[in-house]
Amino acid sequence: GLFVWRRRSTGIWQIPCQFVHLCHVANNRLITFQYFNFLKRMYVTQYNKDLSQQAKPKSDSIVSPFHELQQLDQEKNVVPNISPVSSVCQSWSETSSRNELREMTSAAETEDSVTPVGAESKEDRQWKEMKLQLDNLPGILARLSKIKLTALVVSTASAGFAMAPVPFELTCFLLASLGTGLASCAANSINQFFEVPFDSNMNRTKNRPLVRGQISPLLAVCFAASCGIPGIALLTMGVNPLTGSLGAFNIFLYTCCYTPLKRMSIANTWVGAVVGAIPPVMGWTAATGSLDAGALLLGGILYSWQFPHFNALSWGLREDYSRGGYCMMSVTHPGLCRRVALRHCLALIGLSTMAPVLDITTWTFPIISLPINLYISYLGFRFYRDADRSSSRKLFFCSLWHLPMLLLVMFTCKKSALEKEDKGDLLGESQERAMEIRLP
Amino acid sequence: PPAHSHSDWIGPPDKHSNLRPIIFYVPPEESALERRLREARQEAQASNQRFWALHNRAFHQEKEEFIYSRLKAKGLEMRDESGRKVTLNAEEMAEFYKDFLSKNLKKHLQYNRDWYKRNFTITFLMGQVALMRALRWLRRRKKNVEQ
Repeated sequence: GLFVWRRRSTGIWQIPCQFVHLCHVANNRLITFQYFNFLKRMYVTQYNKDLSQQAKPKSDSIVSPFHELQQLDQEKNVVPNISPVSSVCQSWSETSSRNELREMTSAAETEDSVTPVGAESKEDRQWKEMKLQLDNLPGILARLSKIKLTALVVSTASAGFAMAPVPFELTCFLLASLGTGLASCAANSINQFFEVPFDSNMNRTKNRPLVRGQISPLLAVCFAASCGIPGIALLTMGVNPLTGSLGAFNIFLYTCCYTPLKRMSIANTWVGAVVGAIPPVMGWTAATGSLDAGALLLGGILYSWQFPHFNALSWGLREDYSRGGYCMMSVTHPGLCRRVALRHCLALIGLSTMAPVLDITTWTFPIISLPINLYISYLGFRFYRDADRSSSRKLFFCSLWHLPMLLLVMFTCKKSALEKEDKGDLLGESQERAMEIRLP
Repeated sequence: PPAHSHSDWIGPPDKHSNLRPIIFYVPPEESALERRLREARQEAQASNQRFWALHNRAFHQEKEEFIYSRLKAKGLEMRDESGRKVTLNAEEMAEFYKDFLSKNLKKHLQYNRDWYKRNFTITFLMGQVALMRALRWLRRRKKNVEQ
C-alpha cells in the first residue's frame, strides 16, 4: 500500500488526502467505500506548512490534468500582475464600502508582498480572477461532484443490482447506474455548496472548487439541479418509481439531514450510515422492482460497515472536527465511538450469516467470509481496547479492503436461479434442505 | 487585481480565518439589484471573517493554555532540552477537543443558522442578477437586430 501517514510540524497527523477525501467530515456521501485497488492508484497528497506546496496526486482521475492546466494558465495571467497589486489594491479597496474589508485585504496584501517570491509564485498564494474558465470546467465539476466518491457509490449500487435474483438486463443496469451517479453528483454538489466556510477551515477540504472561488455558488446549484433532476427522472421513468423515490430520498437525506446535522449532533453518523446503505438497495430495486429482504440485508451490511470505517477514520481528525465545530462521536463520546465500531463489526458476522437464510447466497458465503469478518472484528476489538492512533489506522485500512472483498465473495456465492430450482446436488447446502430433498 | 479587470478577484486564504478574501468589482452602471448582491456578499464575507478569525484565535490560545497547564501539572516545561515545543499525546489533547467543542456548540448553531440564511439569500440574488443580465442582453440584441 502507498498510504503513508505523515506527521506535520505541529504534531498533528494527516491522513492521506484521498482517504480523507472520501471521509466524512463535511463531505461525502458518508464516507462510503473505497476499493483498495482503486486507492492503490492514488498517491498521498501532503500538506507541508512551511513550503505551502501541494504535491499533486498522481491519480488517473480526470482531475489532475485540468488542475495542472489551470495552474499554468493562471500563473501566466497573474504573475505579471503581482507587482502592481499593492498599489492597485489601494484604489480597489477604496471602492469597497466596508472598513473591515479594506483592512483585511490590505493585511492580506502586505502579507503577500512580504512573503518571498518563491512562495508567491505558488498557485495557492496568488490572487485569482473569479471568472469561469471553460476549459477547466470539467475538472472543476468533477471535484464539485466528488466524482471518485460517486464512482464508488455507483459500484455499490451495481453490487446491489448484481446480487438481485433476477436475470441480468444490461439496459436496466446501465440506466440504474447512470441515474444513481447523477443523483450522487447532485447530492455532493449541494453538500459542498452548504459547507464553504467549514471546508475552508479543514485541511482535507480546503481545496474544493467553491472554497477556491473557481465556480460561483449559483453555478454549483444549477449544476446540482441539472444532475439531480435528470438523474431522478431517469431512475423513476427508465427504471422504476421505487428506485427513483429512493434516489430522491437519499439526496434529501444527505443534503438536508446529514449535512446540517453534522454540526448539531452526533446522530449524523447514523443518518450518514443510512445514506451509504441506500445505493445497494437502489441497485436491487432497480433489478427486481421490489424492496425485499435481500435488498434490506445488503443495505444492512453496508450500514454496519460504515461504522468501523468512519469511526476509525474520525479518530485521527479530532482536532479539525473540534475546531470546525463538527459534532462527531470521536470528539464528544470517544467510548461510544469505539463501542459502536466494534458492535457493528460483529454485526457484520451476523448479517453475513443471514444471507443464506434469506436465500441470497449459498451457505459457503458465511463460511468463507468468516475469516475476514473475524479479522475486522478483531481489529475493532483492538481499537476498542487500545483507543490509539495505530489501532484506528489498522481498522480503517482493513475496512477499505474488507468491503470489496465481502461483496465479491457474496457475488461468487450468489445463489443462481438454477440452483434454487434444481434440488439436486448443491454444495454447501444446509442440513434441512438436504433432509427436504431426501424426503419423498 | 489589475485596474482594467471586470471581474471579482479572490485571494489566498487569510491567516486567521482560513477564508479567501474577495475583492468585488463595481461596474460603472451597477443596477440596484447588483448593488444589493455585492453588498450582501461583502457583508457575509466580513461576518464570516470576523467569526472564524476570532474562533480560530480562541482555539489556538486555549489549546496553548491547556498544554501549558497540563505540562505544568506534570512538572514539565513548554520546551524540552533541544528547544523544541513539547506536545501532549492525542489522548490528552482529546479532552481539550471535547471540551472546546461542547463550549462552542451554541455559538456554532447560531453561526450555522446565520450562514445558511446568508448563503441562500446570496445565491438567490445571484440568480436574479443572472436573469436580469440575460434579459438585458437579449433586449440589446433585439435592438441591434432592429437597427
